[in-house]
Amino acid sequence: MSLNLTLYGEQVRGNMMLKTQLFGSIYRFKDVKEVLAKANEEKSGDQLAGIGAQNTAERIAAKVVLSEMTLEDLRYNPVVPYEIDEVTRVNQDSVDSDTFQQIKSMTVGEFREFILKTDNSVLAQIRPGLTAEMVAGVTKLMSNLDLVYAAKKLPVVAACNTTIGEAGTLASRLQPNHPTDALEGVMASVMEGLSYGVGDAVIGLNPANDSIDSISDILKAFKEFVMKWEIPTQNCVLAHVTTQMEALQKGVPMDLMFQSLAGSQKSNEAFGINVKLLDEAYRLMQAKKSSTGANFMYFETGQGSELSSEGHAGADQVTMEARCYGLAKRYHPFLVNTVVGFIGPEYLYDGRQMIRAGLEDHFMGKLTGLPMGVDVCYTNHMKADQNDLENLAIILSGGDCNYFMGIPGGDDVMLMYQSTSYHDIAALRELTGKTPIKEFYERMVALGIMQAGRLTAQAGDPSIFTV
Amino acid sequence: MQEGMIRDIAAIEYNGRLTIDKPKDADSCVRLKKTTNARICVGRAGDRIKTETWLRFRADHAVAMDAVWSDVDESVIDQLKFYKIQTLAKDKEQYLTRPDLGRKFSEQTLGEVKKHCVMNPVVQILVADGLSSPAINANLADIYPMIVDGVRANGHQLGTPIFIKYGRVATMDQLSEALGACVTVLLVGERPGLATGESMSCYMAYESSTAKPESQRNVISNIHRNGIPPVEAGAQIVQLIDILLREKNSGVTLKL
Repeated sequence: MSLNLTLYGEQVRGNMMLKTQLFGSIYRFKDVKEVLAKANEEKSGDQLAGIGAQNTAERIAAKVVLSEMTLEDLRYNPVVPYEIDEVTRVNQDSVDSDTFQQIKSMTVGEFREFILKTDNSVLAQIRPGLTAEMVAGVTKLMSNLDLVYAAKKLPVVAACNTTIGEAGTLASRLQPNHPTDALEGVMASVMEGLSYGVGDAVIGLNPANDSIDSISDILKAFKEFVMKWEIPTQNCVLAHVTTQMEALQKGVPMDLMFQSLAGSQKSNEAFGINVKLLDEAYRLMQAKKSSTGANFMYFETGQGSELSSEGHAGADQVTMEARCYGLAKRYHPFLVNTVVGFIGPEYLYDGRQMIRAGLEDHFMGKLTGLPMGVDVCYTNHMKADQNDLENLAIILSGGDCNYFMGIPGGDDVMLMYQSTSYHDIAALRELTGKTPIKEFYERMVALGIMQAGRLTAQAGDPSIFTV
Repeated sequence: MQEGMIRDIAAIEYNGRLTIDKPKDADSCVRLKKTTNARICVGRAGDRIKTETWLRFRADHAVAMDAVWSDVDESVIDQLKFYKIQTLAKDKEQYLTRPDLGRKFSEQTLGEVKKHCVMNPVVQILVADGLSSPAINANLADIYPMIVDGVRANGHQLGTPIFIKYGRVATMDQLSEALGACVTVLLVGERPGLATGESMSCYMAYESSTAKPESQRNVISNIHRNGIPPVEAGAQIVQLIDILLREKNSGVTLKL
């Protein structure tokens, strides 16, 4: 299906009101893109781009104008034109027209209330009618608690070797990074993580060295280890997709294929990818993967990456992030997570902005229909610390976030940032009464690491795995 | 109250250190711990980390954060007779949130530079605080004389050394163009990792220019006492300057 391009532009735009009064002052906005940007909660990245609201009143005025726009207005005013951007085309062409017809006349304000008051099963049915701009738009009208409350109503289940996103589970990616990818050191972190019941979403390494030989050795070592110990999970090395494709061609066992995504064609080019390449990677994986389920792709995203590669097209970072999800959806992924505080204070300045972004991204991913996790993290040049990180992780757990990262002591010694620790995963599960993915949990019980949903006295000891 | 002092927790050696209560196999744990600097074999208090692990983490983060927010000790800069300038960033906060301003100078600053500094130098040395001032405080006094002596011994003329406050890497392009330098060398504080607030990088380029891509640069990173020691890095830098001048090229297209 292709769009009727004549629907773009002034014809539709002319029906919208882009002007409002607030406490007697008049606020005028020139287009949908400006309204979307100025309706955002405060983010240093939008200020850096020169598109954020000038003051708080203007921010609220933009929210008021946005609340009166219809979903149709948002659909036909994508922030990057259909003609010049393949991310827009993928997103627009995926819209189911029958579903869209049913929701198009709702205003964004009504859409917010619709999401908050409607049953889970009905909400799931409207997803095929949505575009990224609608998803981002309604997010800008939501408070932090709204975002958690709504995300909880939008569960997403996906299946690889195991099934993620089931009610009552909280999964984790075991991230055993090492400064030089030394196999022994990587495996030491794997053993420590598993001894905390971490690693049910994936055992996934960010490689310091992107060579085919090195990533192949690590993928094989992960596979051998989980076979030996009969641990039901997935393996992955987060190298560039082209490197993984070469390893796959050589018959290396790969359960999940990874790639970072951006929300515009230009920024994806900066990552060295495009839709054609991703389609090819998907097909190759389908033919050669070592996993069993229908979902086998893993994507990471994060607010600000488009601005940093000058591919934001004048749009705000929340909308660009929603566009990443629109693209990710094409590949029915098993895992998608935003890396929320990795990119630096010029995009998310402090703990407050980081928390907001994490909640926005999780909600937007779930509304799009993705099995969304979050890398709750910060760098040392942000005004954030461990307490901010823990706050966000606790809040997200309340919204049934599918998974978090598990890193030894929360300190990633290769990527030089801090994320959630093995201990955090265990504590969050206990606080929320959740367990790991079923098959993995059962194996943890058999290994004596977990019992009655909690860690046993012998958990947290990697020497369990050295025999 | 007792006399004496509580031990420096930052001085505890973590290589091979094991704090798990009753591990199944302590020797294996120590062996695992020695394979990585990741924070493993730390044990637990319920589902949380132990007090020692927690306070060490906070100490390591504190050093890293303070590195970002502190300023370079200018007495060292003055002693080494650096000419001091500032980018368009007006303070640290603006420097962090506006990377664009930390890459540029005003016309007035560039005019002053041209008036006070040696023009058309063969080798131009620049120092910028970047994201860690302690990196400059810790390494400059050792590395700078090494570079100066080495470059002179190789018979190359040096420009006036310049210190850039609130400076990012790309400042080297604008200054190189303004001064007409052959090889520009920038020493800059790196974004600190946990407990590594003193790490410095050195960027070098032949006819460094705003019109060229970032790949025009060669870099030596991880310069600090527990990484590449400053004296050793100084020797590498001198050698590389020679190669850049001989090949009249730098960056990815330079075959080393």
